[in-house]
Amino acid sequence: MNRLKGFYVYAAVVALLPILFPDNYFVTVVGATILLNVILAVGLNLFIGYAGQISLGHAAFFGIGAYSSAVLTTRFELNAWLAMLVGLGLVYVIANLVARPILKLKGHYLAMATLGFGIIVNIILVQESSWSGGPDGLGDIPTLSLFGFDIDTDLRWYGMIAFFSLAAILVSLNIIDSRAGRELRAVHGSEFAAQMMGVDTVRTRTNVFVLSAMFASLAGSLFAHQQAFVSPESFGFGFSIEIVTMVVLGGMASTYGAVFGAIVLTLLPETLVVFEDYEMLIFGGILMGGMIFMPQGLFVFLTQKIRTVLNHRSGPSPKPQDAQKTLECDS
Amino acid sequence: MKKRNKCLAGMAAVALGMLSASSVVLAAGDTIKVGTFLSVTGPASFLGDPELKTLQMYIEDINAKGGIDGKQVELVHYDTGGNAKKAVNFAKRLIKRDKVDVIVGGSTSGSTLASMPEIEKSGVPFISLAGSVKIVDPVSPWTFKTPHTDRMAASKVYLDMQARGITKVALISGDGGFGKSGRAQSLALAPDFGITIVADESYGRKDTDMTAQVTNIRSSDAQAILNFGFGSGPAIVTKNIRQLGIELPLYQSHGVASKKFIDLAGDAAEGVRLPAAALLVADKLDDSDQQKAVLVAYKNAYEAKYGPVSTFGGHAYDGLYIALEAIDRANSTDKTAVRDQIEATKGFVGTSGIFTMSKDDHLGLGLDAFRMLEIRNGDWALVE
Amino acid sequence: MLSEVKLMFDQIIQFLATGLSIGSTYALVGLGFAIIYNASGVVNFAQGEFVMLGAMSVVGLLGAGVPYPLALLVAIAIVTLVGFSLNKFAIEPARGASVVATIIITIGASILLRGAALLIWGKDIFSMPAFTGDEPIQIGAATLVPQNLWIMGITVILVLGVRYFFDKTLIGKAILACSCNKTAAGLVGINVKLMLLTSYGLSAAIGAVAGLLIAPIAFTSFDAGTMLGLKGFAAAILGGMGSSMGAVAGGLVLGVLESLGAGLISSGYKDAIAFVIILAVLFFKPSGLFGFKSVDRV
Repeated sequence: MNRLKGFYVYAAVVALLPILFPDNYFVTVVGATILLNVILAVGLNLFIGYAGQISLGHAAFFGIGAYSSAVLTTRFELNAWLAMLVGLGLVYVIANLVARPILKLKGHYLAMATLGFGIIVNIILVQESSWSGGPDGLGDIPTLSLFGFDIDTDLRWYGMIAFFSLAAILVSLNIIDSRAGRELRAVHGSEFAAQMMGVDTVRTRTNVFVLSAMFASLAGSLFAHQQAFVSPESFGFGFSIEIVTMVVLGGMASTYGAVFGAIVLTLLPETLVVFEDYEMLIFGGILMGGMIFMPQGLFVFLTQKIRTVLNHRSGPSPKPQDAQKTLECDS
Repeated sequence: MKKRNKCLAGMAAVALGMLSASSVVLAAGDTIKVGTFLSVTGPASFLGDPELKTLQMYIEDINAKGGIDGKQVELVHYDTGGNAKKAVNFAKRLIKRDKVDVIVGGSTSGSTLASMPEIEKSGVPFISLAGSVKIVDPVSPWTFKTPHTDRMAASKVYLDMQARGITKVALISGDGGFGKSGRAQSLALAPDFGITIVADESYGRKDTDMTAQVTNIRSSDAQAILNFGFGSGPAIVTKNIRQLGIELPLYQSHGVASKKFIDLAGDAAEGVRLPAAALLVADKLDDSDQQKAVLVAYKNAYEAKYGPVSTFGGHAYDGLYIALEAIDRANSTDKTAVRDQIEATKGFVGTSGIFTMSKDDHLGLGLDAFRMLEIRNGDWALVE
Repeated sequence: MLSEVKLMFDQIIQFLATGLSIGSTYALVGLGFAIIYNASGVVNFAQGEFVMLGAMSVVGLLGAGVPYPLALLVAIAIVTLVGFSLNKFAIEPARGASVVATIIITIGASILLRGAALLIWGKDIFSMPAFTGDEPIQIGAATLVPQNLWIMGITVILVLGVRYFFDKTLIGKAILACSCNKTAAGLVGINVKLMLLTSYGLSAAIGAVAGLLIAPIAFTSFDAGTMLGLKGFAAAILGGMGSSMGAVAGGLVLGVLESLGAGLISSGYKDAIAFVIILAVLFFKPSGLFGFKSVDRV
């Protein structure tokens, strides 16, 4: 159980915070947003970090999950948990359908295709106002209830989302250590070599794409019930980019890196808000600087820094590798 | 495994750091706290920017004059950038962390509607500055608003069309919240005025050319065109319509009620009609007009400090004073008492009209609060 | 009956003319993407910001009393400098970063540039005078304004110029050599760094020109670049990433698709229609209309 040590520490911190500060805005409200983003980032990290792919349309799956829950519980008065399952099922089907044509593509073409998919889903949410509520959104979404308890305070929501975020991390850790995880890394390293070793690379990529989409759908359903309101702008291109940034800035190919990225990128705007008009300038600068000086992400950078400090006495430390992958000429 | 623990220690440190920063809780002293969340940046900044300036200017002014009942007024502001998700979190932040007494904000209908569930649940008086009729229809106990609704705008336009004998209308709208909502109201109200919609086109917020949509309108048998939208879209539509040589009467919505629209559309804006608050024609009003004094005072104060006035900043003026007068009448900042007093607002002369609210009417404006304006010689003129 | 067909035909001519005009701006933005991609393998998501900066600089310069033609030239020069700095301070230090990392860097750059524009010029929407007036011109069944003709004309000239530059001049060939193999190019004595700098400058200048051309029609504001950037990226991908002429063709096709989609099918869904068609093209031609088949690294 040693490999789960990090997980236990994380769980302890998540559990301890609201006990120490039960009525603190930054814990219960911002904290809940962080934990929701953790689910999204950890899920997308499987696809970006481990399978080495890119998706600029992940917010679409977040949106499909959210709208499934919103529409089914308000228009059809379906049980919220059932609606969540229907959302997951719908995303499972849609992700499988789009995976076939989209995952044939590589690199920037894949980026474009996923971006296009995200934009199309968003346009549908905006245009089909008869059921989606259009740009004004859908309100009065009932809250979740568990064993007769309504999840109706920020603290309860924190607990609910924390539970799912812990589950998401656990699933992610287990997948990475499983056979599927090794296949994923093989695909990332060299798809051709992986194929030669008998890995069905298309199937592996499809599976991980679908799985990460379902993480997003789950987060979407929680989001819809927590906010009691959904509108298309929460699921646009901008948010897709935000999730990718969490994964990349935090540190690709590391579950804790994604967790780290979610924390930093949720806190950053919350803190920068005091700079008002300077917010964008500073945020853009941090994003650029972060990627330029820590191309491997915050997580790797920090752990390497710590190791360097620790090893300082025992001689010069090895220089951190800064180049991960070089681009090849296309022709 | 060492590695993971290091990181977690780091994460814990970050978390603790943010807690200590937030534990400097502001003591709720003898001030009246007005909270606001506005779209000061982003696509709807033309709403949020004048709204924030107005709030800041008047709160400074009120405090300089000794505040309300000797209490100073404090403004707590967050910029949503037009993002509904941020609006919800900032509404929570205002309620939970800043513990404001009243909220005057929500530039767009999207951000208002998104934050309403939270505000209603917490029970804080909220005066929205957004347009959609959905905000006050059906009435929610804690939510009020000051701008005219899109339904009123559509009615006002249709009345003017009726007077000119127009029965066939081409509709074109932006695909943002304002445009879509205005379109829905226009479609729903048309039969009541004996009007048929013969074309129904839309455009994206950042589209650069609407000639294709306007070409379709040209080939319809419309007698007039109605455009619901804001930002650069309506100006481009106006130019495209004139470029294609269409001479039909063109109506815009109150979404373009700022001088900027005339600047952008230039000569093409000549003859365009729109329903708008009297603020735009403050100087041209008859001296007997009840609103004139308030309008001229607001216009002069704003223009002395920031430049050309728009009706959007006026909504913030109305919201702020309705809220503060209610607190003054209630003689306390007790949430329920303030809410009841806002509901009891009667004959308040604001920039958008004369407000009389009630239990069933959380807006309190009639159709007469809108004036029909026409753009003549690059300036607003009242249509008689 | 016959008149209806004639009307339909006239409408389609108008849609095509409008589409080609919109498409020309997409083509220029796409061309900027292709040039940078060719030289450095980076997809520059700040390309749209070059367009915005071009237009905003003109507005700022005109406001400061600079004569119109001079303002246009100075604006192009300013944006070219921004392009140089982007390469110098963001791309060069991050050499060897992964594809996703460079995407995040350029997205960061685009947010930074937008933030800077917000601070310099504020949040207003600005208009810019047309090059030669607003009087509509009737060409066959289509009505255009002179600015539409400027857009199409200058696009043609720029595209031919870029083509000549890469095919015939020494610097152009040197840049192409770098894009194929940096080490080999360095070995034969090509200053690889300088070539990268040149391509970023060139790409920024083309973006700026696109901005000057479109602003008199569509106005400009600090956030006007984002959408154009996305459309340009779509154009470059549709044409085949790395193919300059492909990007131009992609832009024109995208513009026409949007215009026809808005005119004939649904104006609300026109962007969705365009993207569905792009996805369909990629499904059958995974490397775009004119792209080379990519080779896997083993």
